[in-house]
Amino acid sequence: MTVPLTVSPIAPGGVEEAGESLWHGAWKRLRRSPMAIIGATIVLLFVLVAVLAPVLAPYEPASSEWTSLSTPTFVQGPTSEHLLGIDRWGSDMLTQLLFGARQSLIIGVVSTLIGLFAGAALGALAGGLGGWVDTVVMRFVDIMLSIPSLLLAISIAAALGKSSYALMIAIGVAQVPIFARLLRGSMLSQSKSDYVLAANALGLRRRTIIMNHVLPNSLGPTIVQATLNLATAIIEVAALSFLGLGQSDPAVAEWGRMIVSGQDRFLIAPWLSFYPGICIAVTALGFTLFGEALREALDPKQRR
Amino acid sequence: MTTRSTMQEDPTAGSEPPRTDPLLRVRDLSVTFQRRGQEATAAVSEVSFDVRSGQHVGLVGESGSGKSVTSLAIMGLLPDRGVRVGGTVEYEGRDLLAMKAADKNAIRGRQIAMVFQDPMTSLNPVINVGLQIAEVIERHRDKSRGEATEMAVDLLHRVGIPDADRRVHEYPHQLSGGMRQRVLIAIALACEPRLLIADEPTTALDVTIQAQILELLKELVADTGTALILITHDLGVVAGLCDEVHVMYSGRVVESAARRPLFASPRHPYTGGLLASIPRLDSPRGEPLQPIPGSPTDTLPWDEGNCAFAPRCGNRIERCTEDTPRLQDAGERSLRCFNPLHGGSRQGTGDGAR
Repeated sequence: MTVPLTVSPIAPGGVEEAGESLWHGAWKRLRRSPMAIIGATIVLLFVLVAVLAPVLAPYEPASSEWTSLSTPTFVQGPTSEHLLGIDRWGSDMLTQLLFGARQSLIIGVVSTLIGLFAGAALGALAGGLGGWVDTVVMRFVDIMLSIPSLLLAISIAAALGKSSYALMIAIGVAQVPIFARLLRGSMLSQSKSDYVLAANALGLRRRTIIMNHVLPNSLGPTIVQATLNLATAIIEVAALSFLGLGQSDPAVAEWGRMIVSGQDRFLIAPWLSFYPGICIAVTALGFTLFGEALREALDPKQRR
Repeated sequence: MTTRSTMQEDPTAGSEPPRTDPLLRVRDLSVTFQRRGQEATAAVSEVSFDVRSGQHVGLVGESGSGKSVTSLAIMGLLPDRGVRVGGTVEYEGRDLLAMKAADKNAIRGRQIAMVFQDPMTSLNPVINVGLQIAEVIERHRDKSRGEATEMAVDLLHRVGIPDADRRVHEYPHQLSGGMRQRVLIAIALACEPRLLIADEPTTALDVTIQAQILELLKELVADTGTALILITHDLGVVAGLCDEVHVMYSGRVVESAARRPLFASPRHPYTGGLLASIPRLDSPRGEPLQPIPGSPTDTLPWDEGNCAFAPRCGNRIERCTEDTPRLQDAGERSLRCFNPLHGGSRQGTGDGAR
């Protein structure tokens, strides 16, 4: 065993660790936060389930093999063969739930990415260029914001027809104004900072100042918002499916639609709606916890 | 940083001005802040001074005397809205105030650079210091990222940062205040500017570091022949660094002189007061410091027929509250006072201070 003779107090790991950035520091703080760990565990579990659904599921999805076990007067509850019982259409409940995670994950992530990129582009345009571009973009965003986001998503989904893609676009577009406003706001406040003044004093080009100085310092809140928005998106996927605006193929399991399908047997078998409901709530909670922890880890006021 | 090749490389210099012309000529600079529905506030007015090539000029005054606003006006960094800048600021014969934004941008950082007051906030927290130095070199000197980064290491070494090879990859929060100020100086001097404006470069640092940074600044500007405008409230800093000093009060210059005559015999009561308020090693133990009575808020507006300093001045005579003094030549200095102190006196504020 060798003992290093000289240890720099600033970078114990040597050259590799010398460059500890804002994100690196945030990562360290995240690992110490119980909220982050719980949130991350739920998120990770959710992603694993979604990806490995075909492996984990005990039966084929949407098999409808046990239709006799789901009638208006009797629904099979948990047994050793069907751990969570039988669903409304006579398939294994657990299998349906596992496959349902896929829809929520894909639509949730894709729609949030659509919202993030489109919103961030608009926000960066407004915050970076300012002037009349800012005015035009922000008035447009204000108009979008004046429509409740779920209502906006419903109208878009209804207009685009019943498909997963329609859901992604609808939920994504509804998120655009949130990201646009957030990024523009933080870019404007960063533009007033001393280092931007210093960059101006160096005669740097406007493009350089915006891309290298203003934008990277403004992204934190937007990334956090994206994590939090994933939770909202997953709930909205369920909400739109609940309203019958989602995936039209009945063979594709979706949590929101499973809640609806359980409704007519709610009095005799409340778990038909209860299980998918729990799945939605827990997943959303996971993303929210993780997002909140990330926000705290990135918050400059909480540091040191 | 080793060779002075500014003149050949510089596309903006144009025709070489006659040698006697100053590098920077500020004439009647005025800055007025105007917010809608409110009366305009004159932050700076009638400020005129020259900076010759390689000369070190000090702008001295307490908070609110308009020093920083003067420097921002010279750099063209004041916001467009709500600010009116008057007068002329000629750099090598070209008026910076009348110049197009793109031309001014080519001069900033290349010909005229600035070191700011607070090293804790003047560096971008999310990119490493090497990149922040390289960025300026890339912008003004047409170098590739690799060359610029190599030069950044060299610069860090020159400003006295140990282990520059490693530090170049570090982020601002990993450096101490003094280190960060060194980095800011490295950035400012990266393109070998001909004029450096240092706006209170040491106020945010503790005393031992202050001395180090000043020494470094002094060495670097001497090495490169850079002209310096040093903005400070600390006459001690000026004494060690500047050839010529302009003392400002409430937005106007009240006394301008070369360093020696100014310190040997301050004539304006305000300058006298500033000097008298510095603790001296040779003064008897236990002797109280002599502050200037009142605060900058006791100032009167200059243009209402009085001297702005009159309410705090121990040498006040009747005329001080009846007429606005003008800046006049008084031997080897300029002075804005009706009843100046007599040479050799250090009793700044006279009776009022005792």
